[in-house]
Amino acid sequence: MSTREITVTVNGRKRTVHVEVRRTLADFLREDLGLTATHLGCEHGVCGACTVVVDGQTERSCTQLAVQADGREITTVEGLAAADGTLHPVQQALRDNHSFQCGFCTPGFVMSIYGMCEEKKAGRPVPCSREEIREELSGNICRCTGYQSIVDGAEAALAGADGGDS
Amino acid sequence: MKPPVFEYVSPATLDDAIAALSAPDAGDVKVLAGGQSFVPLLSLRLAQPSLVVDINRIDELASITEEAGVLTIGSLVRQRQAEHSDVVKKACPLMAEALPFIGHTAIRNRGTIGGSIAHADPAAELPTVAACLDAELVARGPGGERTIPAAEFFTGFFTTALAEDEILTAVRVRSAGPGTGAAYEEVARRHGDFAMVGVGAQVRLDGDVVAEARIALSGVDIAPVRASRAEAALAGRTVDDSILEEAAQAAVADLSPSSDLHGSAAYRKHVAGVLIRKTVATAAARARENR
Ligand SMILES: Cc1cc2nc3c(=O)[nH]c(=O)nc-3n(C[C@H](O)[C@H](O)[C@H](O)COP(=O)(O)OP(=O)(O)OC[C@H]3O[C@@H](n4cnc5c(N)ncnc54)[C@H](O)[C@@H]3O)c2cc1C
Ligand code: FES
Ligand code: FES
Repeated sequence: MSTREITVTVNGRKRTVHVEVRRTLADFLREDLGLTATHLGCEHGVCGACTVVVDGQTERSCTQLAVQADGREITTVEGLAAADGTLHPVQQALRDNHSFQCGFCTPGFVMSIYGMCEEKKAGRPVPCSREEIREELSGNICRCTGYQSIVDGAEAALAGADGGDS
Repeated sequence: MKPPVFEYVSPATLDDAIAALSAPDAGDVKVLAGGQSFVPLLSLRLAQPSLVVDINRIDELASITEEAGVLTIGSLVRQRQAEHSDVVKKACPLMAEALPFIGHTAIRNRGTIGGSIAHADPAAELPTVAACLDAELVARGPGGERTIPAAEFFTGFFTTALAEDEILTAVRVRSAGPGTGAAYEEVARRHGDFAMVGVGAQVRLDGDVVAEARIALSGVDIAPVRASRAEAALAGRTVDDSILEEAAQAAVADLSPSSDLHGSAAYRKHVAGVLIRKTVATAAARARENR
């Protein structure tokens, strides 16, 4: 069994750990770090449930190996809310708009929408119309909501992301 | 759905990567780039390599340069990085048009230009762009570097002219000059899904007359297809509805796509014709604006 020592910063906390080289980043987060909010639907890149932010951009955690995250900074949905439990504006916007039912897809949507908001704040072009938001979120699959309420939530989150505090 | 056991190296230089790939006792070695096709293959255990050579730390493969009218894109350049590159938008508008059709943002943030070309999915956008522009694919192996023309690179369904111990290092295309316009269109079930049929077109105008037309299709054969007869039909003509129809018919007559659950052969041919008319018309209009 081939292993490597890696150092990663997850939700602001730096850790040095041994991982098996075949471990995906998703399994590393869930099984080794106990951060089970990152969900696994398809395990081959299609459903978006495992989306996390790596070095400031959204990536699938099921289509990369944990060893590849050595030296990188990862944010999972556990890292968004404030220490006192106050929800992140993206989480609040989704909650206000009833953007989830069973919640399985929710961590992936939250991270994808968080990624869009961060890009907007950084001044990069991001989708704004409902149609564009739908296209942009087509990489995340939800079996429950029918997407209307998720698009509502994303619209509200994006409207609130104007370079202010987050 | 978990990757099999394998050995892993992540060399920092191209020479070290090639040494790992060509070691006599290496066994079944595979290159790992963006992993957006390869890691799923591992998880599905469709790939069971003994050694994985991760090229993500080889910085020399990750640059975009334009020199003397030639655009060189390193194989490790991320698809999203190329999509937002002003150099790529100007020198290779066809690639800039095609990139947003690939998967989703989170896929393109990690997927690489070279990985998509080496993977050679017949429905993929970048192999079609490479074929359309007669790109040169630069490969390095234990015997040194060689340049493979796109026409000889894509040899079949997910297969290329790359040897097992070669690494695709860069894609080279001639920069698009003034009077050139490009367009990419495709029909897929959903945005981000692999295309049923895709068409890339680049047109260079001399006055109102087509000096050069380039058209390539995805999803209609085991590899990207150039619509040579349509290109010839357009050369020296002014783009109008009747010549567009003539070009589309010439292209479609040469196609023999297969039927599958996503679409019948007849439907694919119909879509190919529609997309050829549309992309060539758009490319010509953009060429006019870009004089
Ligand atoms: C949900 C989803 C949707 C997608 N949709 C699309 C789509 O619509 N269109 C599309 O084109 N693609 C799509 N893709 C695939 C994506 O574009 C991949 O990024 C691409 O096919 C492979 O690039 P990669 O860098 O990820 O390579 P990897 O996955 O790392 O490698 C792919 C293959 O190429 C080989 N390889 C990679 N780089 C090199 C190199 N430099 N030299 C030699 N061999 C090399 C590897 O050994 C492997 O066999 C999708 C993927 C997912 C998960
Ligand atoms: S679990 Fe990663 S995309 Fe589905
Ligand atoms: S809320 Fe159940 S899958 Fe989206």
